[in-house]
Amino acid sequence: MNEDSKLLKNEKRFTWNTQMIVLAVVVVLWIFLGIRSEYFFTTSNIKNIMRQMAIQGVLSVGMVVVIITAGIDLSVGAVVALVNILMSKMVVGGTPIWLSILTCLLLASALGFINGIVVFDLRVPAFIATLGMMSIARGATLLISKGNNIFGLPRSIANFASSDFLGIPSLFWFLIIVTVIIELMLRLTRFGRYVYALGSNVEAARLSGVNIRLVTYGVYTLAGFLWGVGGILETSRLWMGVPTTGTGYELDAIAAAVLGGASLFGAEGNAIGAFFGALVMITIYNGAVLLNINPFWQRIIVGIILIATVAVDQIRKRRS
Amino acid sequence: MSTTENAIAMVGINKSFPGVQALKDVDFYLKPGEAKALVGENGAGKSTLIKILTGAYSQDSGEIFVFGKKIEKMTPIISEQLGISAVYQNLVLANHLTVAENILLGNEPSKWGFVSKKTMFKEAEKVLDKIGYADVISPDQKLSELTAAQQGMVAIARALSRNARIMIFDEPTAVLAVREVKELFRVIKQLKENGISIIYISHRLEEIFELCDTALVLKDGKVVGEREVSETNIDELISMMVGREIKKDLYNPNKNIGKEVLRIENLSNFKLKNCSLTVREGEIVGLYGLVGSGRTELSRAIFGADPIDSGKIFVEGKEVKIKSPSGAIKLGLGLIPEDRRQHGLALKLNVKHNINLPVYEKIGKMGFISLSKEIENARNFVKILSIKTPSLKQIVSNLSGGNQQKVVVAKWLASKSKVFIMDEPTNGIDVGAKEEIYELMNNLAMEGAGVLFISSYMPELMSICDRIVVMREGKVVGEIPHEEFSEEKILSMAIKNNTSEEVRDKNE
Repeated sequence: MNEDSKLLKNEKRFTWNTQMIVLAVVVVLWIFLGIRSEYFFTTSNIKNIMRQMAIQGVLSVGMVVVIITAGIDLSVGAVVALVNILMSKMVVGGTPIWLSILTCLLLASALGFINGIVVFDLRVPAFIATLGMMSIARGATLLISKGNNIFGLPRSIANFASSDFLGIPSLFWFLIIVTVIIELMLRLTRFGRYVYALGSNVEAARLSGVNIRLVTYGVYTLAGFLWGVGGILETSRLWMGVPTTGTGYELDAIAAAVLGGASLFGAEGNAIGAFFGALVMITIYNGAVLLNINPFWQRIIVGIILIATVAVDQIRKRRS
Repeated sequence: MSTTENAIAMVGINKSFPGVQALKDVDFYLKPGEAKALVGENGAGKSTLIKILTGAYSQDSGEIFVFGKKIEKMTPIISEQLGISAVYQNLVLANHLTVAENILLGNEPSKWGFVSKKTMFKEAEKVLDKIGYADVISPDQKLSELTAAQQGMVAIARALSRNARIMIFDEPTAVLAVREVKELFRVIKQLKENGISIIYISHRLEEIFELCDTALVLKDGKVVGEREVSETNIDELISMMVGREIKKDLYNPNKNIGKEVLRIENLSNFKLKNCSLTVREGEIVGLYGLVGSGRTELSRAIFGADPIDSGKIFVEGKEVKIKSPSGAIKLGLGLIPEDRRQHGLALKLNVKHNINLPVYEKIGKMGFISLSKEIENARNFVKILSIKTPSLKQIVSNLSGGNQQKVVVAKWLASKSKVFIMDEPTNGIDVGAKEEIYELMNNLAMEGAGVLFISSYMPELMSICDRIVVMREGKVVGEIPHEEFSEEKILSMAIKNNTSEEVRDKNE
């Protein structure tokens, strides 16, 4: 009995993990920005941050699932653009909005599924497989749009992006829902357990009876689906189709996932961490605007924080 | 013997690892131009001795002299400078580089830091010519284009280009065909004629009689004796290798041996040739074989981890088709793989997660896991196996080897396996933990499970098994019941070519 309670007690022990550090960074940034700019803690700015963060957050949460399996998906930005253009084209062409959304989600999921097949069955490294998919999706986007922006979406689509629900921007609700669902999936479902097992040791997972093919397909298909969701939100926010949108999103999503404690070596990370990682990045982008910092500095700051966080994490790991 | 007239003199070498003394007061002398065989069972200390000589390990005590010069601290670099070169079974060569680049790697002729391809080509060709291979292997061929045997020749050429005076061959013939072995022997004999000393390690004792002048026999880290090859024979060498002390008889005769739980008939694949064996309820069956005999491959084939070309598998009397590990698990098989860090565990995950990995399908509904059952399972088996871990959330890589092994066993207890296939379960764990694993095996058998215990360390098999099945070169060559266990008998089966037919006849 004594040992039992010991095992249980230790389980609830608080550990100062990476997410805590990232959260602390966010709080420090907020305090700093709150002092330096009166505008920072206003309702409109906070809502602004939420809207900016919604899309990036959804993509980061999707990315973290892939990264936990020691994979990567570079096609995210290009798939977002493809969905943005396809949806704009369909809606402008008279297709009902619900059907356009459904089509886009199916397409994005299918592209993810193809990534899964290429990675698992053709044994192409995820980096290369999804780099190829990135190029294909971007090319298709430019082909469909002939390189031009697509205008003429109904007002209702733009209204959705600026609308609130229960005082919180509707876009942000998507991020909350996606984060909660993915976090619960990772924590509570069999699939979630297998995702981590795959990232730690594929062969051990296989020899333990895990169907590693299905898990790989599932992870990349889920990621593709979330890129689809991101693309639809992007369409709402832009209120048009922009073939060059989404450029660099893959790096933002990877950075947010890693800031949130994901390891590219696999088996580490979670959805809430990715959420906070995205929050750090958005705070920096937003703060830089408020403080009138040359926007070109934003990326430099993000780069430094990214490297510093991971380096600190590595040092801590080596000590323990 | 004096330390000056020898190419190598190792005097009073001791070396211990946690829980085991690998070498005890070993003296080893090698004369210039002599070919000496190093003989002993797995774990006798051959590899450790070689690793000390090449500087991979350092000895706890004892002295090393090379050509009369005392070496204070041997390192791989000093060892190479002294002309000691090891041609290992698993060659340490770069596959995507050319033959010339491999031969001269780290030693490239250069001017102002630039390497001249032409000079390299010529130098490589010169060395290849020395062993009669200039016409067979071109210096600009990629190493990956060569056969295993030719790659071995490149390794020899590489050693020659560094003016090696002592060459070590560790199981060089394990991957070669008969014709290639003859070629290798021709080259080795030629090296010997040129005054190079040879240390030769092989389980194929007949090779020693063809190549070597003397044979030094090791057992349990001690020198048993040395023989002139011309004055001994295979049987004498085997009798010197065996006779190790079996510390404690762990055999439990009170097990209830019941009906067959596992039967395989004529299993064949890329490595296996018509392997058959059975395991019954409550029985511990040992599987013995030397390195490369196909033990591990057999376990993986049964478990569905490697494909099967032909043959039948029966579980509890019913014929089954096992196409994947998950299929095997559903039938009640559990595999404790040889390399637990690579194949047995998800090292970055915690104890609870690892233990439950094969049973997540059973503990939950609609894809959701029952968290309470997950904890209950883990806590239960941590207790039963007394796994020493501060918490269920401890990351497995932080546990000791013995406790890691118990986590692997816990996985299969959790999935209620009826047959436990354990491949070298006591590898790399300390003595105390070993005893616990043996005890665990007995307990599993007492509970009615069948255990297939694969090991290359015969004393442990002899002390606990009801039967021992012996493999050689992908074939099952014999089976011995507990009452007839003798180290000599088992080893002869595993080593000798001619005994196999007799043994099979006897069993039929």
